[in-house]
Amino acid sequence: MGLLDQKFENSNIVITSMDNLLNWARLSSLWGMQFGLACCAIEMMATGASHYDLDRFGTFFRGTPRQSDVMIVAGTVTLKMASRIRVLYDQMSEPRYVISMGSCSNCGGPYWEHGYHVLKGVDRIIPVDVYVPGCPPRPEALMEGLLKLQEKIRTESLAKKKSA
Amino acid sequence: MTPQQILESLKSRFGEAVLDAKADAFPDPWIRVAPASVREICLFLRDDGEMLFDVLMCLSGMDYRGGKLGVVYHCDSTAKRHRIVLKTEVTDAEPRVASVESVWKTANWHEREAFDMYGIVFDGHPDLRRILMPDDWRGFPLRKDYQVPEFYNGMKVPY
Repeated sequence: MGLLDQKFENSNIVITSMDNLLNWARLSSLWGMQFGLACCAIEMMATGASHYDLDRFGTFFRGTPRQSDVMIVAGTVTLKMASRIRVLYDQMSEPRYVISMGSCSNCGGPYWEHGYHVLKGVDRIIPVDVYVPGCPPRPEALMEGLLKLQEKIRTESLAKKKSA
Repeated sequence: MTPQQILESLKSRFGEAVLDAKADAFPDPWIRVAPASVREICLFLRDDGEMLFDVLMCLSGMDYRGGKLGVVYHCDSTAKRHRIVLKTEVTDAEPRVASVESVWKTANWHEREAFDMYGIVFDGHPDLRRILMPDDWRGFPLRKDYQVPEFYNGMKVPY
């Protein structure tokens, strides 16, 4: 709260909308699911480590889907792993988000033609919010993906949708 | 020992089981043996005082097309500093090879992989199941006539 510290007189009240407040809270502490599938996971770990430091966006990795807000699918999704990913996704509490990291989980990557064992895109089993291209994406690209996701969350609303 | 000496030794001992060889092949001289005799030949290669092949470097499945499958063994001796390649061929109608798991423990997972990818059955293997593909997978993916399934557990497989 550095910006607001010592700036109030007595009644330290801020007026905002519920949407603003909740969206701000959600996008400022996106906890990631700690799991990696292939070489993209190495880049993801590098992004999380001190040099690129995901912590400054409020993102750090949790060892359980129950405490996670965002699943970064980092790597090749094999058919054997696909059902496990679906289970992990189902175990995450809502609101939950998915970042598909790298060509493999976007569309099958180099395995698109002859990969009999690879799911050609993780969006065939779970909904994806942000696709990060690259093989593997650099840490900057993954951070860009996270910022895109934050932008997306910033526009969410609790209000009922008007029926068309 | 030179590959030629190893070949002579195997020939004199196992006779008919040694089918074919190319002792001057580069870089890997090879000997083709009968699939049912693989275990006893490997046991001899490991234990004989002149051979002492103490390492199985690699065990690979093969598909030679035309219904012919095979297994290739790369054996190395750290004691005698010589190495040899054993090959064996089977048909896809009767893909049975004697297991060398009891000779070199390395072979355990390698034989499971060859079974998983080519459907080669290793007689005498203590735990012959798939190692890479899911247990309910159908077919053997590295066979040349393999057709990629349209769906696996409700998930579309082709792009």
